[in-house]
Amino acid sequence: MAEIVIKGVAKQFGAFTALHSVDLTIHDQEFMVLLGASGCGKTTLLRIIAGLETPSQGEVWIGGRRVDHLPPRARGIAMVFQNYAVFPHLTVFENIAFGLRMAKLPQAEVTRRVTRTAELMHIEQLLKRYSGELSGGQRQRVAVARALAMEPDVILMDEPLSNLDALLRLEMRAELKGVLAASKTTTIYVTHDQVEAMSLADRISVMNGGFIVQADKPTQVYRNPAARFVGSFIGNPPMNFLPAKRGENGRWHVAGKDFDGPDVAAAEFAIRPEDMHPAKAGLEAEVRVVEPLGPHTLVTAQVAGQPFRAVLESDRAISPGEVITLAPIPDRIRWFDPETQEAIA
Amino acid sequence: MARALPYLLLLPASLFLLVFFFYPFGLVVVESMTRGGEWTTENFTRMTGHWKFSTAFWNTIWLTAIVVPVQLIMALTMASLVQKLKTGRSGLLYIFAIPLGISDLAAGLVWLAIFEQSGFLNSILHAFGIIDRPQLFLGYQSLWVIFLAVVLAEIWRATAIMMVIIVAGMGLIPKEYNEAAEVFGASRWQRFTKVTLPLLRPSLQTALILRILMAFEVFAVVVALGGTTLPVLMGETFQWQFQLQDRGVAAAYAMVILGLSVAFSLVVLRLLHVPKGARI
Repeated sequence: MAEIVIKGVAKQFGAFTALHSVDLTIHDQEFMVLLGASGCGKTTLLRIIAGLETPSQGEVWIGGRRVDHLPPRARGIAMVFQNYAVFPHLTVFENIAFGLRMAKLPQAEVTRRVTRTAELMHIEQLLKRYSGELSGGQRQRVAVARALAMEPDVILMDEPLSNLDALLRLEMRAELKGVLAASKTTTIYVTHDQVEAMSLADRISVMNGGFIVQADKPTQVYRNPAARFVGSFIGNPPMNFLPAKRGENGRWHVAGKDFDGPDVAAAEFAIRPEDMHPAKAGLEAEVRVVEPLGPHTLVTAQVAGQPFRAVLESDRAISPGEVITLAPIPDRIRWFDPETQEAIA
Repeated sequence: MARALPYLLLLPASLFLLVFFFYPFGLVVVESMTRGGEWTTENFTRMTGHWKFSTAFWNTIWLTAIVVPVQLIMALTMASLVQKLKTGRSGLLYIFAIPLGISDLAAGLVWLAIFEQSGFLNSILHAFGIIDRPQLFLGYQSLWVIFLAVVLAEIWRATAIMMVIIVAGMGLIPKEYNEAAEVFGASRWQRFTKVTLPLLRPSLQTALILRILMAFEVFAVVVALGGTTLPVLMGETFQWQFQLQDRGVAAAYAMVILGLSVAFSLVVLRLLHVPKGARI
């Protein structure tokens, strides 16, 4: 049992505020991804949970125990670092065994756990090598094996895949998901890669400017962004936004068309690029760039002078300069408050 | 041509070394093994037969055996502290490095000014009423005081060179290793012994070899503080060459110092060897 509760955690570095009073609960055995651009505070939050950084305010609870005053080793955690931090002066075996030796486990148990995790990560043939003789991907596997060998309550991962090349990243992503699900540990995973976040997470916490903007299931974060930022950050290409004007009987004028909308004073219209299809009636878009991507075609256009992207079926030929009409799927339209930037339910 | 260029450019320096270092060095080797133009071991038997040889030999060894470990521990401690500083780091490094700018003879004289009969130590002890007249600290009756004074002067003079090398070496170790060790349960001391020290081996090699060679060649500090009362190998070399005018025995002494230097360098290289794949 290792539920992690973060209560009002804030962190200042001098005059710079890296985290503004963050509250977050990560359930036992949950895979939580902290997602955000660099400088959003996600790594700082992870390091505070690890104990490598002390919070300026707030509390961190792991498994019902308050840990923010404890050193990292007393927290029941293991960590995978961005640059792996596989000790160069130790063999792969001794690297994986490092934490077990520090915990003074008997040799037989050390051997058993190292062998088991090495097999799990498919590095059993590398146990006698030094890290200088390993590729980036192999080092990554050693770092994960070292964390798993601790059989910790919580595994913390700081951008573990960001230094791998694209193909390897894809392979490791799937493998990590399987291994971590089987290990039943609570995982906190920091990344700036939204695809990684979507594919791995039970829940995603989207962070921006030291705040958690939304913490929810990947599909929820994608479909129902809690704030304009989430819509503009997640999705490739991101959400389209258009200004809207309140019209008669609850209708909203958007780029010369009328849509049903919320009953508020001001709102902004938003739609994901793939939630539209060419139709007789709809938003008039002047096509600027056409990028065929195989299964889909990415169209960059202008709607009412605003940049606007659409992902369309590739069966229809579209050429730059053309004006097409795009009909948004009604129940995929989202509205945001232009003042608070928050979603209007 | 382009490939030969670096070699060509390095050629003058290499020739200079060959001519002005290896040639005279060869001469000294030959000198130590000849007497009156004949090959002989007499220089060495004369050297070892002299009553001062074993004293000088063991004095040198003991000085090295005490000074170098003390300096190593001090340098490691100071470097670890300097490493943790956020501000004023370079200022402190400059202060620590001041003794490096002083020649070893000057360093010896500084400490002589403290220990001699009209020196600072006597003045202070007298001022506090601990002694009623000046004491002779550096006399032949109290050899151990001379020894201690030399140890102090050497530590004062040459710890900084080790520290500077170790600070540079510590700067090369990525912070993540220490953090990883911390997360995986290592205490502060364990992080130092299990992570920092092993990763510091290349710098320790350099620092130790440099310092041990310097220690075997200790001379000016000893002369300043003890004259010939505390014989050391380098002092004896000087004595035989210039006072006793026996170049052969002086060369034999030089060979002994060389032999010690080579042997201990090899020991350090072997002990602190880093396997090929195990470097940072």
